[in-house]
Order: sequence, then C-alpha cells, then structure tokens
Amino acid sequence: MKSNIELITSEGKRLDGRGPEDLRKIRIEAGVLHRADGSCSLEWGGNKVLAAVYGPREAVPRHTQNPLRAIVQARYNMAAFSVEDRKRPGPDRRSVEISKVISEALERVVLTDQFPRASIDVNIEVLDAEAGTRCAGLTAAAVALIDAGIPMRDIPVACAAGKINGVVVLDLGKEEDNFGDADLPIAISPRTGEVLLLQMDGHLTYDEFNQAFDLAVKGCLTVSELQKKAIMQKYQAVAAEVQE
Amino acid sequence: MNGRVIDFMPSEGRQVVIPGQILGEIPAFKAGRGTFIENKKIYSEVLGILNIQENFIHVIPLRGRYDPEVGDFVIGVVLEASTSNWMVDINAPYPALLHVNEVPWEIEFADTEKYLNTGDTILAKVLSVDESKKLQITLNDRNLFKLKGGHLLEFEPSIYRRIIGKKFSMIEIIQKYTRCRIKVGKNGRIWIDGDPDGIEKVLQVISKIENEAATFGLTDRIEQFLRKDAKDVR
Repeated sequence: MKSNIELITSEGKRLDGRGPEDLRKIRIEAGVLHRADGSCSLEWGGNKVLAAVYGPREAVPRHTQNPLRAIVQARYNMAAFSVEDRKRPGPDRRSVEISKVISEALERVVLTDQFPRASIDVNIEVLDAEAGTRCAGLTAAAVALIDAGIPMRDIPVACAAGKINGVVVLDLGKEEDNFGDADLPIAISPRTGEVLLLQMDGHLTYDEFNQAFDLAVKGCLTVSELQKKAIMQKYQAVAAEVQE
Repeated sequence: MNGRVIDFMPSEGRQVVIPGQILGEIPAFKAGRGTFIENKKIYSEVLGILNIQENFIHVIPLRGRYDPEVGDFVIGVVLEASTSNWMVDINAPYPALLHVNEVPWEIEFADTEKYLNTGDTILAKVLSVDESKKLQITLNDRNLFKLKGGHLLEFEPSIYRRIIGKKFSMIEIIQKYTRCRIKVGKNGRIWIDGDPDGIEKVLQVISKIENEAATFGLTDRIEQFLRKDAKDVR
C-alpha cells in the first residue's frame, strides 16, 4: 500500500519517537495461569499475548500420534476484541497459517524424542494486537514451554524487522506495518543462530534483506535476554523469599 | 553467539539453570540427567537446579510431568475398567495398564468393575515401561492396595524427594505431629487420611514445602513449624 504518510523523519525518528533500531517496550511474566502446566503473559508495545502449555500428554485422535516422538501443536488465536472493529471469532486462513509456522518453529527446539506418542499443546491467545503478534506469540510460547518443564535445546525467540519509507528499521508498529514497504518476521535459536521461522511481506532488495535480517537477529538477542530474565525472576524469587 | 553463560549466579541457595545454558565441557565433566551434549559441550535441557556430583553434571527439573521408572511407587486413579484390565491415570504423559493378573484378587472374566471402578484410588508400583513408553503397573506386592477414603492431593513431581526427606525423615516428622496416615506417590500425588485438623495441617506443610523446595535446612524449619502448635505428640 502506497501513501504519503511520513513514517520516519530524515533524522531517523519514527512515529512513536523510536529510532530505527529501537524495540518497543517489552514485559514478560512466566507462570501466570494455575490450570495450565506452563504459562506466560507478554506485552510487546501495544500487543498483549497470553500463552499456555499443556502436556506432554497422549495425542488424540490416535492417528496424529508419532510412535517415535512427540508432536507440538500450537494454536494461535486472536480474541474478537483484539483489533479495531471486531474480528470474527474462530480460526481463519491467517491464524491457521501462523499456528502452523509457530508449531514447526517450536518443534525444532523441543526434545520431542523423549515423549513418543505424546502431544505438547501450546495455546497462544492474542488479547490486544498492534503489529508483530506472531513474534510476540512465539516469544511467549517459548517462556510458557520452559515454565511447563518441557525439555528443550534452546529458548526460541522471535522479532521482526522491515522497511518504511525506504529505511530498514527494527520491530514495526501498527502504522509502519500497514503503510510501510516490507515486514520480515524471523524466529531464531539464539544459542546456535539457527533460523526457525522466516516470513516476508512486501519487497526488499538483496542488500536490504541482509540488512533487515541482521537487524532482526540483533532484536531477537535483546528479547532473548528479557525472556531469560523473566524465567529467572520467577524461579529465583522462591530461594530469596526464605533467606529473609 | 556460541555458549554464552548468563550471569545469574545467586550468592546463596541453589543455582537455577535454564534450557540451552552451558554447564561444562566434555572431557572435564560428564553429562548426567537433564543435560545434552552438542559440540563437546554440556548444556541443560530443562529448567532446573544444577547438581554436580563427581564430575557428573545433573539438572534436577523444577517443573514438568512425572517420568515413570520401573519400581516407582505411584498413586493412580482408575480411568476405566475393561473385561481383563483397567486403565489408570498415574499423572504421567500416558495412561497405565493394570492387568487382572497383576491384582491380588481372584477375578472372574468381566468382573473387573466389582473390584476397581472409575474414580477409585490405588497405591501401585510401576511394573514395566517399554520403548514407546507403554506403561504397566501392578498391585501384586506388599504395601500395595486400594486406598479407601482420605484426601488426594497433587504436588510438583520434581519435589518428591523434598517431601519425603532424607531417609523418609520429613514424612516421619509430619506423621508424628499430625497423626495422619500419609502415602506419597512418586508421581506427584499424596494421599492423606486422618482427622480434619490433622489433614488441614498436612496441607499447610505440603504447600510450605512446595514454596521452599529449593532451599537448605527445610526439614528443620518444617519441624519447628509443626512443633509450634502441636498439642499431643506421640
């Protein structure tokens, strides 16, 4: 979509006052739900996401079971009130796609061979959306998986980069996503640098793509530290409480 | 990017580690439970507490489902009765099979419901775990039986050892002060029978242990807690 809105000034200041390489404000909290085996609440700018993990438990229906390893079933869902106007509830083409790519990204890091025939269910509920919900959802799902005690190779993390008014920037906001030139959400395994998810909307030149990719990886590493901090905060508080 | 160590070292208590955190290198250390090896380095695979014993690096999980092992005492809840076996929920990722040959009663064909029915609680032992994690349990042993009455409580399976205490010291203390019958299953279930005050006390103690599982000197603190308002101790 083309428009004449100035998304970024010549000094490199964006609509919400961020510089081109700044993330929105992120808050992560682990273990917020009592009924789920693991959970996480995450706020990323104007996004509010809740992730809950169940399992490993026996996969049903039977034919979905894999006799050698567990399957990871993520379900991404947007609440009816998460967007302006109202989103018609239920799975649509977009959320089915996002569920699939998130499931596949998580399956890469979970040690699935420890739980043959089982299923690990991840529910991602988007309560409030403001661009970048798949990244927020995957980041929250990773923390919820750890909170559930699921064995994993690494803690996956996601972040987006993109292009607005011809400038490559990190972590697009709502207007930048709607009126910008391109959006590039990626998920990585921060320990190895392996790419778990990569999608692109819009057009980038080869050089711009590389620049955006490197920027997104940098963003991922920053978010990764926040994830680790959130987990540590939850589980080290226990030890500190008693020492008083 | 490879093998960054995060500086979240607590000055006291036990060290909490997270998946993908580097714990050591392979010639100097050996990889124990809760760890995996990649490029000759040992990493943690779960959220847990670091435990190094004679060059073996173990990570004791803080959260997670019960992982059944042969010989474990577990508390199960019957899911359904079939003609020659029962399916029992033992809190593992998979339901367990209890065959009629593995119970101490003589059972006529299809009479299984007379002995155990949906919702009944049993203290059982894990008989076998095969490679596709099919589970079998048994009631054919001493101290294994159907649990009648009482309360069933669930806890995080990873803190089983803390609830039991060293050589059952913790559980003996709780039984001494509350005068309740307590059975602890390794699968994260406790069965308690006694008078209401005693049960209430046990529930308090269990939640205290759960909250303070990662700390030292827990048994002594629990004994102090129980002694405070104990009336008649046998």
